[in-house]
Amino acid sequence: MSAIGAKQPELPSSSTRGPVAEVLVSLSLSGSFLTGLVIVAFWVFCALFGEHFTPYDPLADDIINSLMPPSAEHWFGTDQLGRDVFSRVIVGSRDILTVAPLATLLATVAGTTLGLFTGYFRGLVDDIISRVLEAFMAIPVVIVALLAIVALGTSKSTVIIVIGLSFSPIIARTVRSAVLSERELDYVAAAQLRRESALHTMFVEILPNVVPPILVETTVRLGYAIFAVATLSFMGFGIQPPSPDWGLSISSNYGMIAGGFWWTVLFDALAIASLVVGVNLVADGVQGALND
Amino acid sequence: MTEPTIKENALELHNLSVAYRVSRRNRAVLRDLSLTIRPGEAYGLVGESGCGKSTVALSVVRYLPRNGVITVGEIFLGGQNVMKLDGEALRRMRAESVSMVYQDPGKALNPSIRIGPQLTEIFELRAISRQMASDQAIAMLSRVRISDPVRVMQRYPHQLSGGMQQRVGIAMALANDPTMLILDEPTTGLDATVEAEVLDLIGRLRQELSASILFISHNLAVVSRMCDRVGVLYAGMLVEEGSTEEVFNNPRHPYTVALLRCLPRGGQRKDQIRLDTIPGFLPPPGATINGCAFADRCALADARCHNELPPLHDLGGRLSRCHYHEKAQSLPRTTPGNISTSSAAALLEPVLRIEGLNKTYASHGHALRAVNDVSLDLLPGQTLGLVGESGSGKTTFARLLLGLIPADAGGTMQLEGKPLAPKLESRTADQVKAMQIVFQNPDSALNRSHSIRHIMGRALHTLAGLSGPALRSRLVDLVHSVRLTERHLSVKPRQLSGGLKQRVAIARAFAGDPRIVVCDEPTSALDVSVQAAILNLLADLQMKESVSYIFISHDLAVVRYLSDQIAVLYLGRILELGPSERVFSGPHHPYTEALLSAVPKLDESERVRVRLDGEIPSAINPPSGCVFHTRCPRKIGAICEVEEPPLFTAEPGHTIRCHIPYLELARLQNAQEEINA
Amino acid sequence: MTLFLLSIMVFLGGQVLPGNVGRAILGPLADIRAVDALNHSLGLDRPLLVQYWDWISSFVRGDMGTSYIFRAPVAPFVIDALGNSMKLALVAFVMVVPLGILGGIIAALNVNRPIDRIISLGGLSATVLPEFVTGIIFILIFGVWLHWLPIAATWPKNAGFFTQIYYLILPALPLFLVLFGYIARMARSGMIEALDSDYTRTAVLKGLPWRVVIWRHVLRNALLPTITVIATQTGYLIGGLVVVETLFRYQGIGSLIFTAARGKDFPILEAGILTIGIVYSVATLVADVLYSVLNPRIRLGAEQ
Repeated sequence: MSAIGAKQPELPSSSTRGPVAEVLVSLSLSGSFLTGLVIVAFWVFCALFGEHFTPYDPLADDIINSLMPPSAEHWFGTDQLGRDVFSRVIVGSRDILTVAPLATLLATVAGTTLGLFTGYFRGLVDDIISRVLEAFMAIPVVIVALLAIVALGTSKSTVIIVIGLSFSPIIARTVRSAVLSERELDYVAAAQLRRESALHTMFVEILPNVVPPILVETTVRLGYAIFAVATLSFMGFGIQPPSPDWGLSISSNYGMIAGGFWWTVLFDALAIASLVVGVNLVADGVQGALND
Repeated sequence: MTEPTIKENALELHNLSVAYRVSRRNRAVLRDLSLTIRPGEAYGLVGESGCGKSTVALSVVRYLPRNGVITVGEIFLGGQNVMKLDGEALRRMRAESVSMVYQDPGKALNPSIRIGPQLTEIFELRAISRQMASDQAIAMLSRVRISDPVRVMQRYPHQLSGGMQQRVGIAMALANDPTMLILDEPTTGLDATVEAEVLDLIGRLRQELSASILFISHNLAVVSRMCDRVGVLYAGMLVEEGSTEEVFNNPRHPYTVALLRCLPRGGQRKDQIRLDTIPGFLPPPGATINGCAFADRCALADARCHNELPPLHDLGGRLSRCHYHEKAQSLPRTTPGNISTSSAAALLEPVLRIEGLNKTYASHGHALRAVNDVSLDLLPGQTLGLVGESGSGKTTFARLLLGLIPADAGGTMQLEGKPLAPKLESRTADQVKAMQIVFQNPDSALNRSHSIRHIMGRALHTLAGLSGPALRSRLVDLVHSVRLTERHLSVKPRQLSGGLKQRVAIARAFAGDPRIVVCDEPTSALDVSVQAAILNLLADLQMKESVSYIFISHDLAVVRYLSDQIAVLYLGRILELGPSERVFSGPHHPYTEALLSAVPKLDESERVRVRLDGEIPSAINPPSGCVFHTRCPRKIGAICEVEEPPLFTAEPGHTIRCHIPYLELARLQNAQEEINA
Repeated sequence: MTLFLLSIMVFLGGQVLPGNVGRAILGPLADIRAVDALNHSLGLDRPLLVQYWDWISSFVRGDMGTSYIFRAPVAPFVIDALGNSMKLALVAFVMVVPLGILGGIIAALNVNRPIDRIISLGGLSATVLPEFVTGIIFILIFGVWLHWLPIAATWPKNAGFFTQIYYLILPALPLFLVLFGYIARMARSGMIEALDSDYTRTAVLKGLPWRVVIWRHVLRNALLPTITVIATQTGYLIGGLVVVETLFRYQGIGSLIFTAARGKDFPILEAGILTIGIVYSVATLVADVLYSVLNPRIRLGAEQ
């Protein structure tokens, strides 16, 4: 019998690009993704290099010029200690952009591992862990974080650990459900028939196939991590003074908005808004590209 | 075209071209398709997956997916130009003159509404009273042979079996007394016996109704049984059309010729013949086709075929889109017609011996006996075919053998004379590599993240214990043995077609020189032309490696081609076990008889079927006595309900579990044959 | 079960993690004997299991302990605050549930058209905006600049029903934004799935009018998953309350927890959080029941 398919092109589907390249192409075509990317890149740039082009020292007090409305000298006005709001807004992303991504990373690693184990082994281990995670999720992240931070004391690493661990059940749940459906596929049975170890099956066979949902969940979570860090800072349990952090600035100035000093909070609020929306647009783009 | 001629026909497609918009490009799926269905006629549209069959149906009712566009052409339904209808006129057309029956009846019914309202709402469209609508709905359910329509009206779809759901689907389609009835793979996915019932029903309703029928199916035999005329679709083009009789018995297009040759028919067996195949692939949707769409795969093609699109030649009442239609049947075979085998039927020790194997599941507090007291032997180099409807325990049995699920304590399994532990973990390394499996769906069986090299290499590493240069050279051998090339090694599964993927899966199963390979419906997800190549490959590998197969399939012709022994399972029990040809030729168990009778065949004319009543009973609460007595057409009396029949030996090596004595079975079944002859 | 685990976590978080509570309350300069005495009077020198049992069994009986700061029983504080929070949550829910579902339906019926992109992306973006950010912006716009709405949610004594609602609209808006995106997204994807389903195709090809197809066949299946989402959103809602109530100076359970956290008043903190857990569990339970009542596949198992 002659070689079937030997002389024919072996790619009956029209796609010649690899899956990764295809996702990248699809991302580059997505307007919302690119918009989000520009916004996020802007704030990352400001966090890294912002201090070199701020007109004033963001931490320098100038009591004489306190609470000045926006003007040519102080574009965004000054706060109650006379600090230049524009300069503070520019560098205000520094702390949140280290804390939130690290927390997300922690959540992804912990959540993925938990999800893989619970999804793969099922049975008693899964039941117990799932119950614990469920109980964990019954309480809003902000409140869990509040309790833990009050108990452990405030520091950046506490915030990272607390938010990272609070988010991990959510990621674990996503990973677990993906693993549960992967497990039913025959390649897992084929691996068992080769007597592969459970670790090999989990990390070499299953993990690569659940990367897309993990990626989506991670970008979405990053948005919420920024949300959570900002909220904690606003409540005084996150980033601590004298950082020019946006949430912290709003927290120390919002008492005065009834007095009309709107510029002390509005620009920080808009900055946070733009950052989370930017991250969210990126997440939306990633999700769209991976679900195609 | 003039008005009167249009009015006469139930459906006319004029030069229809449809494209799907993918990644901002139009990909053509239907190309210049013209066909006519006359009033009262049943027209079959056949073709392999991806040829655009369903797109035809959806175009007619104007329900293409969001990205589908009719680029050229016109559709006339009962003289009305479907493309020119506005929203309300289109709705009225759907309400009054055209109906459709769908492939997946479970999904086609609304899961949260009872059957009653789903059916009556169609009658209510005619502004009649609720009571009248309900009465008509009940009448319609009776018409599709539902014995207890009032009760069924109260059910939700998920409470009905697949066959019942499809009857409801048919009742809904007939509710508006359509002039045009479109059936889109109406029996695909149903068990053979259920399929036969549904086809019978459609056949009988045809005589009662005036509707014209467009019957879409990949199954040539089903179409040949149901239709007056047939059109063969290839790459979105009509390549041949004519009366069913003519097209299937005297095809005039090489594609039709090749397609018919791919099917294992008339008792062909692996030790006599290799099946013919169609080399190459269907052009993908949107491909530019200059000449004949089939030219790349046609052994008759010459330069003209590649460059010049053949017209639809009118051959007197039938059409063929081939430059050389008169010599289409001289299409050379792609495989040798005859093969020489040294059938060394020496008395051998069985490679696998199973005795008293059971598997019980706990299901909501009930014991579910999925496999019940199965005993059999498998000889080296032979194939044991497992047949039976869904729920018969075929797949569970295979997984017990492999140790993927542990069997109940009590039964014994022996591999090459040594005991085989129920659990995979307790088996020796040699035993693990001696038994491997080829799964039904290669998309599920191959890890989509890994390259073919990784998939095969890993199997060689873990099963054959190879590494380094030894692994690499063996890998190349393995790739060649399943007729892939080394170029295939670097790609991922999704870049391969279904048939090529299945070859990779087969190669993986053979990596550790297995003694037994379980083939669990290995070709049922594939088109017939690909199926033929895979069956040939399995047969060749068996001859070369003298491996044994346990071959599971619902397709009896396929089982017959590859099997030496056949076991017929029903509710986890073996009802019949014997040499393949004996089981097929009979006398056989009444259930086997019904199964064989249910399969529509291309080469047989109308025959009286042995009918099965009712549904497969639940395994949680199997019938007393003989488990088959609730559906058995040859039940002899109370003994069947009370006493489980023993497996009696009909002939050496052929056993049947039935109360009817062998000679009586033979007499009854001969009589049946005579009716048909 | 969930609540049991939750209570353990809250207990551990509130009483074990902080280490020396007496020290935490009295500060680092306090005399060691004073710290020990305080710990003893609070019962914190007993074995953990005893403490837990004591705490949880009293909680069940309605005794939530004594506040460290107010030196008064916790329960009245919690119950009052919960009542106030319910009012605020209700105002937010009454606004967001119909509008969110409607938004999702409109988006789904116009998939990939501009209006869909606006609702989906806008809703999604609103979801990740922290409540204090949107709250500040709303206060500036509606309170400070336009003077339409009061900027603090403290209504005058004996305020009538509508006056109370009037005061609660501004605080409810940030909550509305956060929830709107979730609910609209679920409704949208449920709708799209239902619209693309085979049974919708059947209904359309039966020749039913479009209105009937949507009302009878699509909506019910489409909105089932949304019910569950709305219930789980109560959790996020309460998380938002902490911020919103603080921002608008409203005496709810959120601000109670916040104040307790500031003052390290663990009995109030624990009681508040456990109460939230109970509310959440009740909400999910109600959703589960509702879901199974509306879904025949769960209500009536397969019958063969």
